[in-house]
Amino acid sequence: MKTFKIQYFSVFILLALMIISCDLDETQEVVTINNLVWSDEFDVDGAPNPEKWSFDIGDGTEEGIPGWGNSELQYYTDRTENVTVENDVLIITARQESFQGSGYTSARLTTEGLLEQQYGRFEARIRLPYGQGYWPAFWLLGVPETIIVDGEEVLEQWPNIGEIDIMEYLGDEPTSVFGTLHGPFFSGEESITKEYTLERDRFDTGFHVFGIEWSPEQVNYYVDDVLYQTITKTDVDEETDGEGVWVFDRPFYIILNVAVGGQLPGPPTPETVFPQSMIVDYVRVYE
Amino acid sequence: MIHNTLNKLRFASYLMLTSLVFISCERELSDDVVDATFPSTADIYTDNPVGLTDEFFISFDPADGANPEAFDVDDNESYMGSSSIRIDVPSPDNPNGNFVGAIFRDRGEGRDLSGFDALTFWAKGSTTGTLSEVGFGTDFLDNKFPASRTGVQLTTDWQKYVVPIPDPSKLTQERGLFLFAAGGLDVVDDEPNGNEIGWTFWLDEIRFEKLGTSVLTKASVFNGQNVVQQGFVGSKIDVFGTTSSFNLSNGQNVDVNTSPGYFDFQSSEEAVATVSVEMGSAEISVIGSSGSSTITASLGNNEAEGSFEVTSSGNFLFAPTPPEREPSNVVSLFSDAYENEPVRHYNGFFLFATTQGGEGNDPNDVDIQFPRPEGGVDNIINYTELNFVSIGMYENVPFVDASNMTHLHLDINVRDESVATSDFIRLEIESNTGTGSPAGGSSTLTGPNLQPNDWRSFDIPLSNFSGNIDFGNVSQLFFVSDASISDIYVDNVYFYSE
Repeated sequence: MKTFKIQYFSVFILLALMIISCDLDETQEVVTINNLVWSDEFDVDGAPNPEKWSFDIGDGTEEGIPGWGNSELQYYTDRTENVTVENDVLIITARQESFQGSGYTSARLTTEGLLEQQYGRFEARIRLPYGQGYWPAFWLLGVPETIIVDGEEVLEQWPNIGEIDIMEYLGDEPTSVFGTLHGPFFSGEESITKEYTLERDRFDTGFHVFGIEWSPEQVNYYVDDVLYQTITKTDVDEETDGEGVWVFDRPFYIILNVAVGGQLPGPPTPETVFPQSMIVDYVRVYE
Repeated sequence: MIHNTLNKLRFASYLMLTSLVFISCERELSDDVVDATFPSTADIYTDNPVGLTDEFFISFDPADGANPEAFDVDDNESYMGSSSIRIDVPSPDNPNGNFVGAIFRDRGEGRDLSGFDALTFWAKGSTTGTLSEVGFGTDFLDNKFPASRTGVQLTTDWQKYVVPIPDPSKLTQERGLFLFAAGGLDVVDDEPNGNEIGWTFWLDEIRFEKLGTSVLTKASVFNGQNVVQQGFVGSKIDVFGTTSSFNLSNGQNVDVNTSPGYFDFQSSEEAVATVSVEMGSAEISVIGSSGSSTITASLGNNEAEGSFEVTSSGNFLFAPTPPEREPSNVVSLFSDAYENEPVRHYNGFFLFATTQGGEGNDPNDVDIQFPRPEGGVDNIINYTELNFVSIGMYENVPFVDASNMTHLHLDINVRDESVATSDFIRLEIESNTGTGSPAGGSSTLTGPNLQPNDWRSFDIPLSNFSGNIDFGNVSQLFFVSDASISDIYVDNVYFYSE
């Protein structure tokens, strides 16, 4: 019996040694939501899987928001030049070219009508471009509900539908990303946001994991294994003096895009290198 | 029995665990592992110099105008700690020198900087002056790995500045830790014309760091151009235009002047041309008598933009050695055999002249210095796009007195072009240029007397020249082809007496 204990003890020491000396695992989990319900690993070359993704095309004029509401400069297409799957990754490429009256082309993919989910863990592994004017993002928009206004049935509008920006990035700040919540009375410049800066690394030189854990009470934001922001219902209340409405109890869909220019990043400069791509290794959704 | 089996299983699991430990932890040594034998000290200046030579501030050569008095340590100003380095940039009329420039050198045998990726420092100016250069890798000994940024404008508050290391793996024993240079501040224009004023800047917290936040975006050799050029067996061509560009964490793009020593060069045809790197400079040597080779380079794992394609034209034909003469019987304008008279120019680049080549007035630094097998070089003028050009002896140099001479000698080698019978090079001598009484006359070399890709020697009696030239005051010798012949080598231009 005694021997037995010592033997187990030595096993523990060995185990401990292993953990101490060999713990190179940097994808340490900070989440508890582990039931994978939807993913795209981008392992089939060609156009993105139409069962998982559709495209927003154009400059936003058709949607009634020219420049996609932010004075952005790109025209979104579904051409191979702007979006393709190759070597197990999704490549969204922004180009400087005259196209349909715009000076740049790019792509914007969405799961609208294909994957719309309430709560869970949304995660993607992405490598970003660099340079003034690039504005890539991995984000969620809420599915609008039908409401009655002046006796007429209409669809809800932004920001009432809610927006969860899992990752936004400006190419002239290659070491930083930010995560944001937009909703009624906390949208645009009033949104609730936080920046995360890498200490000894950049977002354009390698892949990083960007994710949220979204529950009825809060949204947690993380980059790789670092949880850097938690926004709770109480935070929304406090940040908006009670005016803000928690609109995150509805299904949301995913958007991946690379914008060029616009109010936030400002236009590219002659030094900005085109074309460049946002490269997505995977997108995964857990419940 | 059951118990025994359990024990065995347990034992087996220990073994597995142990082997897991070994398997997962083992890292193989790379073939090119070298023991690090030099310290990797990061700091250069904190509140004191760290491990620098006793002289600390090693000035650029005062003979070039560097002011060795401009340096001090300031105990009243610092970004961090108690002191900083204070540099008082002199004004242009400062008797001790009109600019400041210096290096800091490691007092030991050098540092291993391969674990860092940038030189960083904090600086502030009394005004928004500009550091004309700041970097590292210059040690005034071997100068193997100079790297620097130029035109770094300071602000009047403390800011951090970054000079990325082009390829840290090269810096395993570096003594040149810091270099800076600055001149007077010019608020009126960009010309160094004496209207600059002195200013002051402070440097603090100078060190090497592993930032991890700069990325190499471009490396260039030959200024990123694809150069095509002819060469001869024995031609030596310096590699030029070596730079690297980085994107910093603040989004700024910076260019780093990067010593060729950081690059690895490849020759597509080693039998035609090779590249050697020594003391921070790289040289292409043509060794094959025919064929072409394209020289490219890489910086770390990054292929550099730019290339140099050299085609060998075979053996170089040296200019004929002129017949030996008493120096007192020779008045030379351009020759390695005789002492040359001072000239104003070998090409005046006059209005309407298309002629290139012959720039400057130093006979040992004109177009071609081809190394002679026996040592020394053959200096040759190479006029291209010739329509007319002169060698001038006026204005800032005396007229040449050839009054006792009887002949003009010169050697001409028409380059790769056919020469028609009607082609010509007219030699025109002018005297007393700019005096109000100039005079001129000419003598013409005709096509049949010239041979492509070969030297022809001419000895022309001065009496052959037309006009009323005052040979006691010769001021210009013109080569006029009216573009009938465009590319020539010229050597051994002198007057002599029989």
